[in-house]
Amino acid sequence: MTTTQDTSVANGAERQPRRRAAWRGSAKGSPFIAVGFVAPLIAYLIAFYAYPLYRSIDLSVHDYNIRAFVQGNAEFVGLENYVDVVTSDLFPTALWNTFVFVFLSLVFQYTIGLGLAVFFRNKFRLSGVLRALFLVPWLLPLIVSGSVWAWMLNGDYGIINSFLAVFGVDQINWLTDPDTAMTAVVIANIWLGIPFNLVILYSGLQNIPEDVYEASSLDGAGPWKTFTRITFPLLRPVSAITLLLGLVYTLKVVDIIWVMTTGGPANATTTLAIWSYREAFGTGQPDFSPAAAIGNLLIIIALIFGFFYLRMQKRMEDH
Amino acid sequence: MHTKHKRRTWWQTVLGLVFTVLMLFPVYWMFNVSLTQTQDLRQSPPSLLPLNPTFEGYEAVFQQQLPALGTSLLLGLGTVVLTIVIAAPAAYGLAILRMRGGRPLNFILLVAQMIPAVVMSMGFYAIYVRLDLLNSIWGLILADSTIAVPFGVLLFSAFMSGLPKELMQAARIDGAGAWRTFRSIVMPLSRNSALTVALFAFLWAWSDFIFASTLARNGDMIPITLSIYNYIGNNTTQWNAIMATAVVASIPAAFLLVFAQKYVAAGVTAGAVKD
Repeated sequence: MTTTQDTSVANGAERQPRRRAAWRGSAKGSPFIAVGFVAPLIAYLIAFYAYPLYRSIDLSVHDYNIRAFVQGNAEFVGLENYVDVVTSDLFPTALWNTFVFVFLSLVFQYTIGLGLAVFFRNKFRLSGVLRALFLVPWLLPLIVSGSVWAWMLNGDYGIINSFLAVFGVDQINWLTDPDTAMTAVVIANIWLGIPFNLVILYSGLQNIPEDVYEASSLDGAGPWKTFTRITFPLLRPVSAITLLLGLVYTLKVVDIIWVMTTGGPANATTTLAIWSYREAFGTGQPDFSPAAAIGNLLIIIALIFGFFYLRMQKRMEDH
Repeated sequence: MHTKHKRRTWWQTVLGLVFTVLMLFPVYWMFNVSLTQTQDLRQSPPSLLPLNPTFEGYEAVFQQQLPALGTSLLLGLGTVVLTIVIAAPAAYGLAILRMRGGRPLNFILLVAQMIPAVVMSMGFYAIYVRLDLLNSIWGLILADSTIAVPFGVLLFSAFMSGLPKELMQAARIDGAGAWRTFRSIVMPLSRNSALTVALFAFLWAWSDFIFASTLARNGDMIPITLSIYNYIGNNTTQWNAIMATAVVASIPAAFLLVFAQKYVAAGVTAGAVKD
């Protein structure tokens, strides 16, 4: 050990003058060495983020069909696709469905996640193991969860209906009835989102100093009062971040809805993301131009909330 | 006082178990259905326990799904390699060598994570049609890596910027160049971050459905997610086989949970809240 160290020091002394020149620059932020390390990322972002995005904008301002796709001679139509999409009958439906899906998912994911986070803050026997098990829904491929829920909610043979039948509830055709399909996909999505909310809110709770709680219990505050006066207000920044990030993620959900209902029945679960996916890939006849227009509108909505999230996060870092 | 405290935590354990059972019921149900005889699938009410278990479903998986599982494994590993190769050096350049313009780049990475995969898949489709990359595993690896690369750079950067400066100075005095410092000091220290990034990159590639169903749907090599989806479409009577495939497709998740749980929690949190 000592000998190795000695040789390395000797080597270092020997090499020092030559290497130093290269390094002195980098300490001040040498453009060349650092850029060398970052260059692959920049090239990657240009090729696999910027260019696909450019292509999707390009699709949305042309009239592409599958032949024009291969030949590359689609007609330029400006914002016509956007106008068509926004004025289409499906637009208000899809916008409303997106709102309902996102809103209900977030409200329940957050409430249940917060309840569980507070519950798991009490250290009890097995609490760590059980909390870990709550991660499972988040780790499963969405297609797996979606198909399990689809079978559980099956109108004829699903376990959910058998369970409800015990309480005298008549058969509900969850996924095939336009009145219940949205509820069904929202239930599945809430289940999927609980782990994410639990993990982030739980880590937020860990950052609340223990002595704040001790002071509150000395004041004789009960659990509910402690929650409303201390936990919830102190958790507000983390809550905002959880909700905003959840919102951005939920806006773009495709897999779970697609595998359960493909946006049906009668467009009852067609959100903007599903609509876009279906136009482009969901039917035998791909219609990329309107699909790209819908997708780009979705990006704008996601980015608006995304910027709120980034501002919130920055404010937290500054504190 | 002591006994009272003990009784209270005992109740919490019971309550916690009830919550966990409720939460994991769908996972249990997947197992249960995967072991159910085909003729019992239409039984009403369904049996809560696999009393007459059958392995028909799993036999079907091993007869039909092995290529898809292999494809997904290859996809996952390819995505891990590509993600680490791009993300780790970039994070080193940003967090330790402090490249100028790092802040806007960080911002771009955060925004990149918010772009819906549907939109990306259309862009990729348009590009791949021309390059003849549709239905190719390399094309799919490239597309899948876009889910993980921004996350990887941000996670590595967050960790590397916390490394002690003295270490880099010591390396410099020892005469190590930027590349050697990266390879022999920074990377070994970042092993946990590398593991977290690798696990997530693998899991996202393994679970991806949107890119698979748009960029590789007509290929010979389709990943397991697409295979399950096609299975549901073609064969809605054999839910035991579908659920058996789903169980097998959940193996990476189970593995992560058992062996890498702390990295999972670290990754979820790192994506949202920076310390």
